[in-house]
Amino acid sequence: MTLDLTLLPDGGLHWLSASGDHSDIVLSSRIRLARNLAGFAFPTRAREGERLRVLHQLREVAPRVESLRHAALVRVDECTPQERLLLHERHLVSRELAGLDQGKETQVAGAGAVFVTGDAGLMVNEEDHLRLQVFRSGFDVPGALREAEKMDRELGAELPYAWHGEFGFLTACPTNTGTGMRASVLIHLPGLVLTQEIAKVLQGLQHMGLTYRGLYGEGSDVLGNFFQISNQTTLGRSEEELADQLVRVVKRVIEREEEARRVLLRDAGYIIEDKLWRAYGTLRHARNLPADEAMNLLSGVRLAAGLNLVSGLSVYTLNKLLIFSQSAHLAQIEGRVLTEGEANLARARYVRQVLANEARLPG
Amino acid sequence: MLCDQCHERDAIVHLTQIVESVVTQVHLCERCAAERGIETSVNVPKNPLGDFLQAVQQQAAQMPGDAARCAYCGTSLRDFRASGRLGCAHCYGAFEQSLRELLRRVHGGTRHEGWRYGVRDPELMTRDLTLHDLREKLHRAVEQEEFETAATLRDQIRGLE
Repeated sequence: MTLDLTLLPDGGLHWLSASGDHSDIVLSSRIRLARNLAGFAFPTRAREGERLRVLHQLREVAPRVESLRHAALVRVDECTPQERLLLHERHLVSRELAGLDQGKETQVAGAGAVFVTGDAGLMVNEEDHLRLQVFRSGFDVPGALREAEKMDRELGAELPYAWHGEFGFLTACPTNTGTGMRASVLIHLPGLVLTQEIAKVLQGLQHMGLTYRGLYGEGSDVLGNFFQISNQTTLGRSEEELADQLVRVVKRVIEREEEARRVLLRDAGYIIEDKLWRAYGTLRHARNLPADEAMNLLSGVRLAAGLNLVSGLSVYTLNKLLIFSQSAHLAQIEGRVLTEGEANLARARYVRQVLANEARLPG
Repeated sequence: MLCDQCHERDAIVHLTQIVESVVTQVHLCERCAAERGIETSVNVPKNPLGDFLQAVQQQAAQMPGDAARCAYCGTSLRDFRASGRLGCAHCYGAFEQSLRELLRRVHGGTRHEGWRYGVRDPELMTRDLTLHDLREKLHRAVEQEEFETAATLRDQIRGLE
C-alpha cells in the first residue's frame, strides 16, 4: 500500500477529536457545498480532457486559496481499490468518487481527486466539479458553516462558478440546486432506539424539512445507532436559515436522547448495565469480530461511557475505533489485502489491543 | 395566539376538525403540529427525487419525441430522466420551463435566497466564460472535423486573449 494517510494534515481526522459540544452524542458536524465551474460540462457528462482541465485549474489556484494552501492532493483515480476504500472509510471521499457504488466497483471517474486539510476537504470531479466539505468535532454547525463560507468565497474569487440569477448555484442534480448546501450532523441515538422512540423522531424530522441517512451518507445503512441528519431542500432558504433549522431540531433530538437515557437508567438500570458490560466484554475478548457486530457493540460501549457506567474510556478512543476497525484500515495496519474472514480476525485483535492499552475500568 | 397543546409557542397552524358533525378549531405551533403528523408550510415530499423524476417523465410524455435537447452538451430530457442528472449549466436554460416547475415541487420554491455570487470583476468573468465556451466549441469542432468553424473559433479566441 503506497497511500500514507499519516502524511495528511491531522491524518484528516481532527473531527474525531471529541472536542466540541455534546460530543458524547454528536460525533461531528459537517457542511458540504456543491459547486460547478462555468464553461465545462458537469463531470458525468464531461470528457476526460475536460475533467483533467478542471483538476488542472484547481491545482493552479490552490496555492492562492488560503484554505487550500497546505492541503494534500490525492488523485483518487490513481489509487488502488484498497486505498480508495481507505479514503472513503475516513470520510474523505464519497462512495461515488471512490468508485464503490454497487455493481461498478472498478469504475473510477478520470481526474477524480481530493484536497485534504485538517478538517476540510475539496472533492474534485465527483457528481459536481467541486464538493467543499468542512467537518467539526461535536455539535458545531455554525463553526463549520463559517469556514465553508470562507473557503467558498476564496475559491469563487479565483474560479468562475456556474451561477443562475434565479436558481442560484447550479448543480448536476436539481435536488442540490440553489445553495448547493447539505448541513449535517452525525449523531448517536441508542437511547431513542432502545426506548423505541426513534421511529417517531425520524418521522418528525421529515416534517421539519430534514432527512436522515446512515453513517456513510447517501445510500448507506444505519449501523450501530449512528444517524446522519441533514437538510432535505437546498433552494428557497438561505444557508444560515437551513443551518439554523437543523440546529434547532437537533437540539431537540439531543434533549430527547438524554431523556431516553434517563428513562432507561431509571426503569431498567441493571438490564442496561448488564447489556453494556457484555458488549464491552465481547469487544475486550472476542477472537472473531464481524464489522456489523463490532459497530453494534461499539455503540453499546459508547452509551456506557455516556451514562458514566464506565470510566477511563475516552470518546476519542471510541470514535477512532469506529473508523480504524473498518476493513481497509485493518488492511493498512496488517500491511496486506485481507479477505473478509481475515479482516474479522484482525478486527478482533485490533480492538482488544486498543481497549487493553487505553481502558482502566473498575471491575 | 398560543398553541393549544404546549401553550408556549405561537400557533401557526389553524386546523378545523369535523368529528361526527361537531366542528372544532385547533390552533397549533409548528413543532406540535409536526408531532401530530400535520403538514405545515414546510411541505416536503418524502421522496423528492423520485417524485421529481416522475414529474419529468409525465412532462416528457406530453412532449413529442423528447425533442428538448441542450444545445451545449447534448443532454436530452430522456437522458435526464434516466440518470437524474443534468449535463451542464446550460441545461438549466434549455429545460428552464420544466425545471422551474420541478424545482418548485422538490424545494417548494425556485428563487435562491442564499449567498450571492459575483465577487469577481463582472467584465473579466464574462470574458473568461466566453473563452471557456469558445475553447469547448473549438474542441468539439475539431473532433467533428469542422475545420472552417474551428478556424473562425481560433481567431475569436486569439482576439479575446
